[in-house]
Amino acid sequence: MALQGLEIRRSSAALRGGGTGLRKMPTVAKYIDTSTCIGCKACEVACQEWNDLPLSKTEQTGSYQTQPTMSANYWNLIQFREVEAPEHGLSWLMRKDQCMHCDEPGCLEACPAPGAIVQYVNGIVDVDPERCIGCGLCETGCPFDVPRYAVGTNKMAKCTLCVDRVSVGLEPACIKACPTGCLQFGDKASLLQVAEHRVQQLKEGGFAQAAVYDPKGVGGTGVITILKFGDKPEWYGLPKDPTVPTTVSIWKRVIHPLGFVVMAAAIFGAIGHFMAFGPKKPKDISRETGGEV
Amino acid sequence: MASLAATFGRGAMTNGWVDIKNADVVLIMGSNAAENHPCGFKWAIEAKKNRNAKLVSVDPRYTRTSAVSDLYAPLRPGTDIAFLNGIIRYALTTGRFHEEYVRIHTNGPYVINEKYDFKDGLFSGFDASKGEYDKAAWQYEADPKTNAYMVDMEMKHPRCVLQLMKKHVDRYTPEMVERICGTPKDQFLKVADIVTSTGNAQKAGTIMYALGWTQHSTGVQIIRAAATLQLVLGNVGRPGGGVNALRGHSNIQGATDMAGTFEILPGYLKTPAGSLATLAEYLEKGPPTTLNKQAWTSMNYWSNYPKFMVSLLKATWGAKATKENDWGYEWLPKVDGNYSWMYIFDDMYRGTSQRAGGTEPGPEGFITFGMNPVGIGPNSSKMINALAKLKWMVVGENYEIETATFWKAPKQYGGPETSQIKTEVFQLPCSGFAEKDGTFTNSARWMQWKWKAIDPPGLAKTDQEVLARILLAVRALYQKEGGANPEPVLNLDWSYTNPYAPDLGEALKEINGKALADIHDPKDPTKVIKKKGEQLDGFGQLMDDGSTMGGNWLHSGVYGSAGNLAARRNNADPLGLGMFHEWGYSWPANRRIMYNRASADANGKPWDPTRPGIVWNGEKWVGDVPDIKPDSPPGQFGAFIMNPEGVGRLYSPLLNDGPFAEHYEAIEAPVDNLLHPKVTSNPASKKFSTNKDVYGGRDQFPIVATTYRLTEHYHYWTHHTNILNQLQPGFFIEIPEELAKEKGIANGSRARVTSARGAIEGVAMVTRRLYPLNIDGKRVWHIGFPLHWGYSGDPGHIGPLANFLTPSAMDPNTWTPEFKTFLVKLEKVEGVA
Repeated sequence: MALQGLEIRRSSAALRGGGTGLRKMPTVAKYIDTSTCIGCKACEVACQEWNDLPLSKTEQTGSYQTQPTMSANYWNLIQFREVEAPEHGLSWLMRKDQCMHCDEPGCLEACPAPGAIVQYVNGIVDVDPERCIGCGLCETGCPFDVPRYAVGTNKMAKCTLCVDRVSVGLEPACIKACPTGCLQFGDKASLLQVAEHRVQQLKEGGFAQAAVYDPKGVGGTGVITILKFGDKPEWYGLPKDPTVPTTVSIWKRVIHPLGFVVMAAAIFGAIGHFMAFGPKKPKDISRETGGEV
Repeated sequence: MASLAATFGRGAMTNGWVDIKNADVVLIMGSNAAENHPCGFKWAIEAKKNRNAKLVSVDPRYTRTSAVSDLYAPLRPGTDIAFLNGIIRYALTTGRFHEEYVRIHTNGPYVINEKYDFKDGLFSGFDASKGEYDKAAWQYEADPKTNAYMVDMEMKHPRCVLQLMKKHVDRYTPEMVERICGTPKDQFLKVADIVTSTGNAQKAGTIMYALGWTQHSTGVQIIRAAATLQLVLGNVGRPGGGVNALRGHSNIQGATDMAGTFEILPGYLKTPAGSLATLAEYLEKGPPTTLNKQAWTSMNYWSNYPKFMVSLLKATWGAKATKENDWGYEWLPKVDGNYSWMYIFDDMYRGTSQRAGGTEPGPEGFITFGMNPVGIGPNSSKMINALAKLKWMVVGENYEIETATFWKAPKQYGGPETSQIKTEVFQLPCSGFAEKDGTFTNSARWMQWKWKAIDPPGLAKTDQEVLARILLAVRALYQKEGGANPEPVLNLDWSYTNPYAPDLGEALKEINGKALADIHDPKDPTKVIKKKGEQLDGFGQLMDDGSTMGGNWLHSGVYGSAGNLAARRNNADPLGLGMFHEWGYSWPANRRIMYNRASADANGKPWDPTRPGIVWNGEKWVGDVPDIKPDSPPGQFGAFIMNPEGVGRLYSPLLNDGPFAEHYEAIEAPVDNLLHPKVTSNPASKKFSTNKDVYGGRDQFPIVATTYRLTEHYHYWTHHTNILNQLQPGFFIEIPEELAKEKGIANGSRARVTSARGAIEGVAMVTRRLYPLNIDGKRVWHIGFPLHWGYSGDPGHIGPLANFLTPSAMDPNTWTPEFKTFLVKLEKVEGVA
């Protein structure tokens, strides 16, 4: 859903974006410092409340974690893990999990529904439920296991990085709720500097492997994460070198464009139909797909 | 709080939340601040990020706080004094302490009377038959000629406090700490090294503690040990220093200030004893007196006690209080004996009052607001059975709490059959914090006004309206029918604009105080400083001749001629130290760091110029609001103006269980006291003796247990709130991995914990964050469980009462129960996956 003031940089099942390409905006990012996160879950509640998500039925199964994984109703989940690091002894790692807002989003690549997944010019990756066909292919494209299929509505759901807040100059709800300041929001370039400073501090404090998690395999992410054990992202439930699965890339870069040729033929046919029988098709779709022709 | 008052003069957090950002070292012990104070904890994180401060977490469990600490060290529950005394010893023997600070700002140089002694676990003056000390054996030595305190500024005199302290802590070697606490020696030394790195002028360190220290039979002395450590390191009164007591509720500081406990009146004035028949007698016993001349002269601010007291009486009885009737002193309730709520419940359970040798009947009625005794008291079964003996009970709450439904408590808690209970229960729907105006006084003593967000729902009323209506109804009955002791009810001044629902702004004005006649400047009697009817600007304007009134001297200034200062929201910070003098109002006198005179040396120069508290500029003290007469030159008064000695107390003769902190085992402990096995637990601690007050031994109950709170929940309230239930859906028991293996308990399966009082079951959370400790060669296990659940509310989110298991064993100064260390056994629940 193209929001007022935010142009679309990239759109699923489209050869080019829907915007003018002229208006530039800095890429935004969420900064998560796992070394100062206390796992209080204020971000979880803020996400639920701002996004009007229904309550989930949870049960105590032997963990501080609210539920085993994110769900269609639960877009922001702190993962708790106990790990034993040789030099540091026990660590209780807490990492806020949500959509990573990849610069090259695998979900968007994998999505066959035109405009169902879009990337705005500021880097936020969003789902338009009106266009989502509920096929679930986005799940195959995501190396972070983020998109969730909502059975009741037959739609995919995930963190929107509170694009409705961001587009009017507010920070995402999770950031606003964070009591310790381990979450920050802003333009990615400046936050990377903050992150570098913090990593340096952690290194001096004895965590030689501290690092910023901003994996290049997906073009970098809109969520940059400070890890004390930067060489062990898997300790935090993060893939070490995430990439968009090859099958998805092939679909996107080879088969999908071919499909467009077929689709173009169909559209030409449709135009012929239009000229003969008058308009029928929803207007906005013709702008995005027909516009490619 | 009793402990801080006995050390520094006032019972509250010395610094403030924001000031924690100024620390170089933050020791968090007896607190899981990240869990229970996540918003305030921000400032510890700020110190880490911006000052490279070291955050040290010492805790029996590896907690959320430990997870973000720079150094974590374990210790066995209830052995904190041994650990802290070990650090004090380390500081004194390595020279890593602030000697000049100790000399000028503590009683280190003061000589103690030779009656003081400590032998085989007992201080001198112990009366075994009463289980009490005679504090007369602990007094200061007075110079025979001048009757002044005797001091040795070289601190070499064998009976000077510093030398006695050295001797006292000498037993707490790193090896002994390891044997008692189970903290590996190298880890203890790492902690000691970091903490004592602040024992100088350049560095400052803070200690954050909470209920992990207070809820022990030695609670007050644990905090004493920490307070003396901070004095030894020279960390009190300084930005980035202090002993920061994190209060367990948003307004518990305010509640204590306003006489939340039986032994105090508002502003920590003493509740009069029955033996003190007149105000004159009371005032003679009330304020502490000072011996004359010593190294420092003390301002002994408590010498103003009569002004505070008379103004309080005028606020209470209004025009009815006159000089002729002792300002209504005789209408105040008098207490002889212990009326802490633990004792009231004991009386209730026994059906008799111990005060008159057991012949008086126990209480027959009970009114409870904002308190859930069945949930929060130890030994829940005793609480439930006690309530069953009442004729009536009134509960003012916004949920149907366990106390209100005690008559239908599950059978497991051992209450009487519902049909046998005759108690008539009235539940009055009250309002939550967002449904009324008023102030919150936070841990940092900041009074912050809040505005009502929404009206209470349905027929619910604000607490003040409920209380006012009860008072006015009782008063009408007295007027109509008469009754026993009518004066307090009939004479109470209740001149609010709306007497049925007093406006809390009016109440705050009353607390602040106003002039009842023109007030003249004591220096120049021709000048009128306050006209009749004007609000006072601070407690310095209170009078003892009935010309002023004020409901709490300590809060005076909050609502002066400039209006409601608690409502201020200006975040300007010109000093750059996070003091925010125009945000809310910080008692006393809007001072942000108490005892801030100690942030400077003998000449009034700050120990650390980059973090000055107050500075003497040649004419007056500038910086924070000075905690000393603003124009008194350095050298005139001591830094601790509430103490008659004028200095901070390394040695305090005021508490009920000793002038120095000594390690005692919990009432239920897995081992004997290594230092003095014959006096293993605190000899002055208190227990009860009914058939419900049973205590377990280590043979039957070999595992140590602790209770605690979770960040996702707030006491017994939020299991009525489903968005929070989603985050933490139910009760669980945290069990060390190896112990779980031994018992065959799998993560997520069910386990049972049993103490001498009862048994509860819950989901096992098997974790590496708990582990066995090696205590002098013996392997000691420790488990824990949170306390948020009960039997009332949504059936999907009820759970066992954690306090069913906890003992009624208490600290002898505050009567706080020992929730943090007790003995249990652990079993797998068979037949459940």
